[in-house]
Amino acid sequence: MSSSNDILDQLNTKEYEFGFFTDIAMEIAPVGLDEETVHFISEKKQEPRWLLDWRLKAYNSFQKQSLPHWQNFEMPDIDFQNISYYAAPKNKVKYNSLDEIDPELLKTFEKLGIPLSEQKALAGVAVDAVFDSVSIGTTYKETLKELGIIFCSFGEAVMEHPELVRKYLGTVVPHSDNIFASLNAAVFSDGSFVYIPKGVRCPMELSTYFRINAENTGQFERTLIIADEGSYVSYLEGCTAPRRDESQLHAAVVELIALDNAEIKYSTVQNWYPGDREGKGGIYNFVTKRGICKGNNAKISWTQVETGSAITWKYPSVILQGDNSSGEFYSVAVTKNKQIADTGTKMHHIGRNTKSRIISKGISAGMGNNSYRGLVQIAGKADNARNFTQCDSLLIGDKCGAHTFPYIESKNNTATIEHEATTSKIGEDQIFYLNQRGIDTEKAVALIVNGYAKEVLNQLPMEFAVEAQKLLSVTLEGSVG
Amino acid sequence: MLIIKDLHAEINDREILKGINLEVNAGEVHAIMGPNGSGKSSLASVLAGRESFQVTQGEVFFEGKNLLEMPPEIRAREGVFMAFQYPVEIPGVSNINFLKTAINEIRTYRNQPQLDSKEFLKLTKERQKLVEFDAKLVNRSLNEGFSGGEKKRNEIFQLAMLEPKLSILDETDSGLDIDALRIVSNGVNKLRTEENGFIIITHYQRLLEYIIPDFVHVLYNGRIVKSGSKELALELEEKGYDWLKEEVQSESVQ
Repeated sequence: MSSSNDILDQLNTKEYEFGFFTDIAMEIAPVGLDEETVHFISEKKQEPRWLLDWRLKAYNSFQKQSLPHWQNFEMPDIDFQNISYYAAPKNKVKYNSLDEIDPELLKTFEKLGIPLSEQKALAGVAVDAVFDSVSIGTTYKETLKELGIIFCSFGEAVMEHPELVRKYLGTVVPHSDNIFASLNAAVFSDGSFVYIPKGVRCPMELSTYFRINAENTGQFERTLIIADEGSYVSYLEGCTAPRRDESQLHAAVVELIALDNAEIKYSTVQNWYPGDREGKGGIYNFVTKRGICKGNNAKISWTQVETGSAITWKYPSVILQGDNSSGEFYSVAVTKNKQIADTGTKMHHIGRNTKSRIISKGISAGMGNNSYRGLVQIAGKADNARNFTQCDSLLIGDKCGAHTFPYIESKNNTATIEHEATTSKIGEDQIFYLNQRGIDTEKAVALIVNGYAKEVLNQLPMEFAVEAQKLLSVTLEGSVG
Repeated sequence: MLIIKDLHAEINDREILKGINLEVNAGEVHAIMGPNGSGKSSLASVLAGRESFQVTQGEVFFEGKNLLEMPPEIRAREGVFMAFQYPVEIPGVSNINFLKTAINEIRTYRNQPQLDSKEFLKLTKERQKLVEFDAKLVNRSLNEGFSGGEKKRNEIFQLAMLEPKLSILDETDSGLDIDALRIVSNGVNKLRTEENGFIIITHYQRLLEYIIPDFVHVLYNGRIVKSGSKELALELEEKGYDWLKEEVQSESVQ
């Protein structure tokens, strides 16, 4: 007799589609981390003194911190001295136009489904492509410039808009925030910068595509998005890396600033190399993402689809400072084989009539472990704050785990806080029902999972919703039967 | 179309089917009746390929092919449809998306071109009218929050959409009020052709007043103990199953 366990136990790993490596001449800094490394990177980027000083302060606070221990997984050994903190394709320090990019790099991104020539590019989506430590090109820059929108690599922003960078850098995630944020602040090499001027509604999706390629390097990029009064922007990031036996560290920082009546929608489709089925290799995705609704009626919305990485560890958060501001967090996190996710959000209600909404959908298969960790904090002056949280877990098989750690702290008795949670298992009955209608088991699981995650997938920009759906199906291929 | 020979099957090491013989030809409607626990629903599950059942002996051929060797989805694509006694709910998956996936999987298997959205929509509208299925339900999540009757009607709607060769209705009448029963039966009658066959599993003769069977079989203790025409159903309604049980027992004593 075959039981549901027999069906569900037969795990096999679907090959990771983006595991290839681009062979290209690289300039790679020797491994190791000290003050010299920070100087080296700052010099490479020809940065102004104030930025170097800020990096050095960050390095200083990095040294004072130790690794946290509250997370729901065993902290892997990370030897910070065995990582190279800078890797860039050789020959070109700066590309003046997209035509000058090394064809090998263009090919790489094309293979990843991200054509960088504007003729071929996705209609309505501007892309900044980051390869290891540097941005290699940004599409539709000129079109956006006409509206006063700045969309460029972080390095470029430091050169050309130092006043904006200086004003906002580290204001949401301070250089001393946590050990990985401090490390990032000390050694970040590039990333994306966005500024949307007053009253402008960004006409296209902005997106950054992160690719780790070089070995033994870490990727430490920073994203800074500023939406000025009454503006709107929707931004998406995607990520992949080659298949390797050694784990690599990705410690990014994202800061979002929404002023009065501004709205930022930030979406992530994370597909870093997850490691093999024994848990060998894979990216450690330790990222600090935080947004602030600085102004009244501001709105920040995080949507994340997390399917890759050996360990995903992040809590995209919103500080609801402005009155009537609102924060949203929509998440689908998938863990299979030995993948780990400890993710969720923090909503800090400070202003009056602030609202937050959290929808988290965890999916665990194989021996994957999925934790939702969330904090809803209502400050004393946050009258009439409202929060709604729903965190659901879906289990596939009986060797995986789902955990929830919701924290609520309210200092104001006018607050309304709702929390709902469910745990369910994909039933053999559901699969058989779909089988009986001619749908095979792989497709049946994909249908069920996509149905389960629909509420979150619906939040993604249309161009990416279909991709994310496919990604979810492919990720779970082979997890059942 | 369907030939069942000496079929034995067990679940959890307990024998449920103890030698079923049955032949269904195109254009025929066979009713299978019998008391609780006689193996009626088990027979439907075994034919559909539910994995919890183990076939220990016998053969089943569908259009000349060995049905028991096929996984459930292949049986479905070959044209075997089961209307479930307890249809499952699948949250977030729209009825329409599910049906489109199913139809196109089946069509691909049969080397037919996939239906495009326009053709699919046309088919949906037509079939939904045929079986009087509420248009609102078509766009809802699959069976989620449907009433018992709505779920059963959705089964018949799916039957209409997928156009199987052999349909097995597993106690589709249970839990239906008289109006729903009439609608479901009308649907089945409209879908009845010279090319397809039906196996209708039911407790009560009531359903057979609406769907007139060509043959009635009584299943008892894992075997078909009596077969006859539609009059047999009336006889059962009148006399119950006890006289049959006695008959079977006295036969086995002899």
